[in-house]
Amino acid sequence: MRITRSVAGRRRRTAFVATTGITVTALLLTGCGGSSDSDKGADADGNITLTLADFGQFGYKEAGLFEKYHELNPKITVKEDTTAEEKNYYPKLLQQLNSGSGLADVQGIEVGRIKEIVDTKADSFADLSKTIGVDEWVSWKAKQATAPSGAVIGAGTDIGPMSLCYNRELFEKAGLPTDRAEVAKLTEGGWEDFLALGERYKKKAPEGTYFMDSASAMFNAVVSSSPEQYYDASGKPVYQESAGVEKGWKLAAEAASKKLTQGLAQFEDQWQAALRKSTVATVVCPAWMAGQISTYAGDANKGKWDITSAPGDTSANWGGSFLAVPKSGKNVAEATKLVKWLTAPEQQAAVFKAIGVFPSNQGAYDLPDVKNATLPYFNDAPIGQIYADGAKSIPEAVLGPKDGVIKDSISTQINNMEQRGTSPDDAWDAAVRTIDKAIG
Amino acid sequence: MATSTPTRDAYVPPPRQPQKEPPSERRQLWRSRLWRFDDKASPYAYIAPFFLVFGAFGLYPLLYTGWIALHRVEMTGLDSMEWVGWENFDKILHDPEFWTSVSNTFLIGVISTVPQLLVALGLAHLLNYRLRASTFWRTIILTPYATSVASAALVFALVFRADGGLLNWAIGLVGFDDVNWSNGHWTSKIAISVIVIWRWTGYNALIYLAAMQAVPNDLYEAASLDGASRWQQFRKVTIPSLRPTILFTIVISTIGSMQLFGEPLLLEGGALGATGGNENQYETLSIYLYNYGWNLGHLGPAAAVAWAMLALLLIIAAANWFIGRFVRKSAV
Repeated sequence: MRITRSVAGRRRRTAFVATTGITVTALLLTGCGGSSDSDKGADADGNITLTLADFGQFGYKEAGLFEKYHELNPKITVKEDTTAEEKNYYPKLLQQLNSGSGLADVQGIEVGRIKEIVDTKADSFADLSKTIGVDEWVSWKAKQATAPSGAVIGAGTDIGPMSLCYNRELFEKAGLPTDRAEVAKLTEGGWEDFLALGERYKKKAPEGTYFMDSASAMFNAVVSSSPEQYYDASGKPVYQESAGVEKGWKLAAEAASKKLTQGLAQFEDQWQAALRKSTVATVVCPAWMAGQISTYAGDANKGKWDITSAPGDTSANWGGSFLAVPKSGKNVAEATKLVKWLTAPEQQAAVFKAIGVFPSNQGAYDLPDVKNATLPYFNDAPIGQIYADGAKSIPEAVLGPKDGVIKDSISTQINNMEQRGTSPDDAWDAAVRTIDKAIG
Repeated sequence: MATSTPTRDAYVPPPRQPQKEPPSERRQLWRSRLWRFDDKASPYAYIAPFFLVFGAFGLYPLLYTGWIALHRVEMTGLDSMEWVGWENFDKILHDPEFWTSVSNTFLIGVISTVPQLLVALGLAHLLNYRLRASTFWRTIILTPYATSVASAALVFALVFRADGGLLNWAIGLVGFDDVNWSNGHWTSKIAISVIVIWRWTGYNALIYLAAMQAVPNDLYEAASLDGASRWQQFRKVTIPSLRPTILFTIVISTIGSMQLFGEPLLLEGGALGATGGNENQYETLSIYLYNYGWNLGHLGPAAAVAWAMLALLLIIAAANWFIGRFVRKSAV
């Protein structure tokens, strides 16, 4: 190959190389910090956009709270960024906390994760103990979000007091009483009574229907009603000896072996289809579950469902979330005000009215939106009364950093007992293996 | 090596315009030096962007992953790393779930790669005939490849659904019972393979087609003069000429199946997808890594899995190379 070039050509080329080099270097240098944060702070007129990242259904949009806040504070616009599944939301949150970038002004945290956040990331969040009315919440809710230093890093949104949702139509076909007081009476003695009711249901059950959707849901309900769950007070995992876990596991194994359950993984497609087709007669119902049922069972099943108190006399809590304010935000003060407003009694009551997630703020319980609340979908069940009665007497439970993962691993194995006939011993061994991996 | 190309140092640039004085010795020396430097250095500058990007986004993560694999690092505290040596590797190698996912990865890899390449070869052979609107067919065949994994997997998840899925509806018409595709050990693997085959067959067919068109026509003419049938021509002329291409597609498909992630994750989605099903029946190595790092939050073992995957790939590549050499030798 013969190379001939003019001097001018060479000069041009050198210049080209130089500019390319500079450009590439410049791109590399600026690339990472590309997205500027200028839109976060206030603009020239003092207008602020606050971002709120959450998951699933917090209900603020449904209750029209963001518009209302904008009306009250014309300079502030709230933008919500919702991830459908908490399972995908949480790893993203951890990554953002680690890198210190990409965090919203307000971040939602699920109760199964709050302990891990309190233990490891409390420094990253603003202390809300002085700025919001912590005393108004049910007492254990505040403790869940309190760091050893005394800082409260999350404002309680909802809680999940337990009830029992049942399909009146199926109960009637199976020859069981449909009145909510009578159903409650039948299960007064606890979850053993609940299984006995299931056997009664099974005898005359309409074909293709099951007494309950998933034994893992019952397991969760049993564990939630126990003060001892997966960890002891010193933070040691005790799930293998825990009385609550043992009782829940035994009952779940019994339900599986007696084929009282359809063996569905909750919230997955087939579970949604089962609600749509009314193949399950009961669903263990933390307050937020009512919204799920009415969504997936659809308008066609309106009025067929009802709600009564949960089996047994110990109330339980299953679920609930928090709103936290990352310290790194540009508008920490404004974000805190927003959180305070969103978790105040009136707003929590409005969310309850909109989607049925129950307030953690006790101040809301006497408001008409809560006190007199009924759910037309559930045969006008007086949910405000049912849940408020439970909420005040829920025992304080010890939370652990890996509660969420432990619950998931056990649920998977319960599902294997129901679906594949895995023996309870094998299933338990498999659960222990995955849990130890998660804890280790 | 003798070439007639003059070396650049020997080339003295002619002055651009007649100058009264010739440039001084010093100046000429400086120029030729600069020139030599430009000649030697410019190529490096041209390829530098790639290596800079590769270093930042390829090599550095690779090495850093190796570093993490030797530490205890939690998702909740990236800043605190504790040296544990080989403990993470030890942990995953003694985890039955790891070996489940290794065998799953290989099984799914085999039952997706083999039919996929065979079908691609057949399709390419058909496309190589004189066809009306051949460009149209060639474009059509590539469309699955252009679809995103996510949307393809989501659509197929609907097809394979146990409850009201398209496939169960179809086999119900023929009188068979519903199959819970994602729940069974083999059915779930077959379901995933179908998605993979659907996506990649056209891509491989086009590669084969390109290689087939490079086969000299004389060979076919000579073969047909000798009385070889179409099928014999395909076997005796096309396949041997395509051997390097076939090896290439095998390597590419193997790497692809090692990294299988989106399809199994989305087959059931949610919590089940992230652990590869109830009993890890379709958990691949990538899913195992994802679950360890992102669900359980233990980045050390997850990084160890990444390096184990690299080691497996190198082993496969070595095996491939030996087989290839053996095939070439025996073909001579």
